[in-house]
Amino acid sequence: MVKPIITVEHLFAQYGDTQVLKDVNLEVNTGEILVVMGGSGSGKSTLLNHMLGLKTPTSGTIMIDDVNIFNAKNKQLRNLRKKMGVAFQGGALLSSLNVADNVRLPLEHNTSLDTQTIDIMVRMKLEVMNMADTGHLMPSELSGGMLKRAGLARAVIMDPKLLFFDEPSAGLDPTTAVELDELILTLRDAMNMTIVVVTHELESVFKIADRVVVLFGGEVVANGTVDDIKNSPDERIHNMINRQPNTHRDDGEVYFNRLLNKDKD
Amino acid sequence: MNIEIEKYNNYQVIKLYGEVDLSNSRSIKLDIIKLIKSKNNIIVDFTHLQYIDSSGMASLVEAFNEAKENDTEFHIVGANGSPLQVLQLTRLNTVFNLADSVEVVGNNG
Ligand SMILES: Nc1ncnc2c1ncn2[C@@H]1O[C@H](COP(=O)(O)OP(=O)(O)OP(=O)(O)O)[C@@H](O)[C@H]1O
Ligand SMILES: [Mg+2]
Repeated sequence: MVKPIITVEHLFAQYGDTQVLKDVNLEVNTGEILVVMGGSGSGKSTLLNHMLGLKTPTSGTIMIDDVNIFNAKNKQLRNLRKKMGVAFQGGALLSSLNVADNVRLPLEHNTSLDTQTIDIMVRMKLEVMNMADTGHLMPSELSGGMLKRAGLARAVIMDPKLLFFDEPSAGLDPTTAVELDELILTLRDAMNMTIVVVTHELESVFKIADRVVVLFGGEVVANGTVDDIKNSPDERIHNMINRQPNTHRDDGEVYFNRLLNKDKD
Repeated sequence: MNIEIEKYNNYQVIKLYGEVDLSNSRSIKLDIIKLIKSKNNIIVDFTHLQYIDSSGMASLVEAFNEAKENDTEFHIVGANGSPLQVLQLTRLNTVFNLADSVEVVGNNG
């Protein structure tokens, strides 16, 4: 049995009075690509932000590499962060620095390697991302696909064992999206990375996922292989895969009460 | 991580064991560059290397450059598993002189 590197248990999160995550439980096994999939507003980014320790839940725990991230010591968290890379949606590069300086930032902050070693590492990672000779460009000079790849280069510059990637292929043309998917698979295979991808792009899910967790209204409604998801009898998942709007609606009386703002019960 | 250095014909063979990463890549680089500066031909033996990160690979690129500047030989042999995949991913397999074993290089040099 493979040991999970991430365990999420009974995670509840809310913004104000709104429950956004409702009893989320999941595990990420070492070396796998887990895709968290779900419609807009289903809670994907909220879940990701909790796994990164950027948000504190109402209740529940997340263990990463045997560290409980919500009550760990600062030093433990710092050590953990060095093993984690994050590629945010849109790349999240600093606009005042060129590509190479963006990519090298984590090395400057966390290591005492020689400048030449860092230079070579940066060029190597840009080469892997198919971005050779772009180190001197400013983020404003990059296309959407290049921004994502530059963000990915920065995310993996420390060779993290755990990579989080928010919406890798959203907003990209199909060819660029496929290239990015290939890159994710290669990183897992060659660097033994464990990768958590958040996306609503179905093609990408089916191509890269070892396992899929489907969120719906903040709840995990499925957790299985791509085939499990494709063959799911759940109407909500079926609709999601076939790009049907969600037809599972309240009945007329509930709607009527809502229109008149009547208390339900 | 463990490193053994021994002579084989005209070469100094650097055998890497275990994992090369941020914690040791710089000192390995300095060891190798020292040997190169005293005009030794180098074989870096990856046979027992389980993992090498990009700081390790970059350090070997620097050592290779030092060898070129000193007109000495620099070979990597026995790459397998994850280190071989990293060589391919980074396309450094097109940069380094790769061979199967110490003997293949050492008996022809
Ligand atoms: N900062 C916030 N304050 C209040 N509500 C929020 C906040 N962030 C998110 N929400 C709400 O939480 C719910 C889940 O949002 P989340 O961003 O996690 O969804 P998502 O699955 O990432 O959606 P998308 O695919 O559109 O990015 C939504 O109903 C959203 O309105
Ligand atoms: Mg989101």
